[in-house]
Amino acid sequence: MHELSIAHSLAELAVEAAEFSGIKQVKALYLKLGVLSGVVKEALEFSFDVVVQGTSLEGAKLIIEDVPVTVFCPSCQETRILPEPFPMRCPVCGTKTGQVLAGREMELYALEGGEENARADLESSNC
Amino acid sequence: MQELTLNPRIVEIRQNILKKNDLLARELRKRFQKAGVYVVNLVSSPGAGKTTLLTEVLTRLGKRYRVAALVGDLATENDADRLRQSGAKVRQITTGTVCHLEAEMIARTLQDWDLEKIDFLFIENVGNLVCPASYDLGENQRVVLFSVTEGEDKPVKYPTIVNSADAAVITKIDLAEAAGFQRERFYEALNQVRPGIRIHEVSVRTGEGVDEWISRLEADKSAFHMSSSV
Repeated sequence: MHELSIAHSLAELAVEAAEFSGIKQVKALYLKLGVLSGVVKEALEFSFDVVVQGTSLEGAKLIIEDVPVTVFCPSCQETRILPEPFPMRCPVCGTKTGQVLAGREMELYALEGGEENARADLESSNC
Repeated sequence: MQELTLNPRIVEIRQNILKKNDLLARELRKRFQKAGVYVVNLVSSPGAGKTTLLTEVLTRLGKRYRVAALVGDLATENDADRLRQSGAKVRQITTGTVCHLEAEMIARTLQDWDLEKIDFLFIENVGNLVCPASYDLGENQRVVLFSVTEGEDKPVKYPTIVNSADAAVITKIDLAEAAGFQRERFYEALNQVRPGIRIHEVSVRTGEGVDEWISRLEADKSAFHMSSSV
């Protein structure tokens, strides 16, 4: 259950980013998780809800985008997206390849603030 | 230049969630490189034989190099005590409830060590084939261990850690026949999830393969320091 540690890191990062962006209450966090990241989504969601209590992230939703494995095929000399992470072979020619270009990421991609922040944004952009 | 988003309430962040760990791991890697320490991170399930193999490797390698080890467990100093029998400098990291080692634990534990006096540092991770995969510890290579009694499909069951490893070591190879170990199936499983992964077979009991693995680590170390000094 390393998702608890990951949730801690995520919360820390998001709270800092929210402060930096002037977001008082975060409504949603957008994540990109590679299918090779080794993170179990349900465990992360559960841990996240626990660690964000009392912070500006409390009640925020995790919106998770799965990133498939992208490899470089040495035979085709092309990047290929694998339909399934394993076996690691080119889906076109079948050549085995361990050159992973994407699919390991664990990224906080964006933050969404609540309504009050939107109004604040609009007001500030009117200045 | 700021990218346009449809929803004004959405702010792009694009940061790695484990940024702190990864930054710390990068710093560690620099420190290791500067001091000339070659670092090997050993991962496996409990009981694969990490401590037994490591005690043997520290004993043999310790005759020619200055060797040290950090060992992670949830509780007890037992493994550190076993490893110390090799004469190496060893420190236990007790993680409490944490199922893996993180860069911060390594940095904290090494704080008062003089890295200049170490050639090889082995990190024996917590016995777990899932969680250690996500944490960079600043190591030069990650080695995943499997014993012949674990079943040939284990690499496919725990693909993430195998995929993050640089080499695989198959332990207790002296028991291969008794355990009905099917070598080809196991190799195929490893190659499905990490094509081209380097594989070593070892037995501490008979000594088979141990010196070969050590020679390989020595070669890796000199190749690394040669390439990094250019």
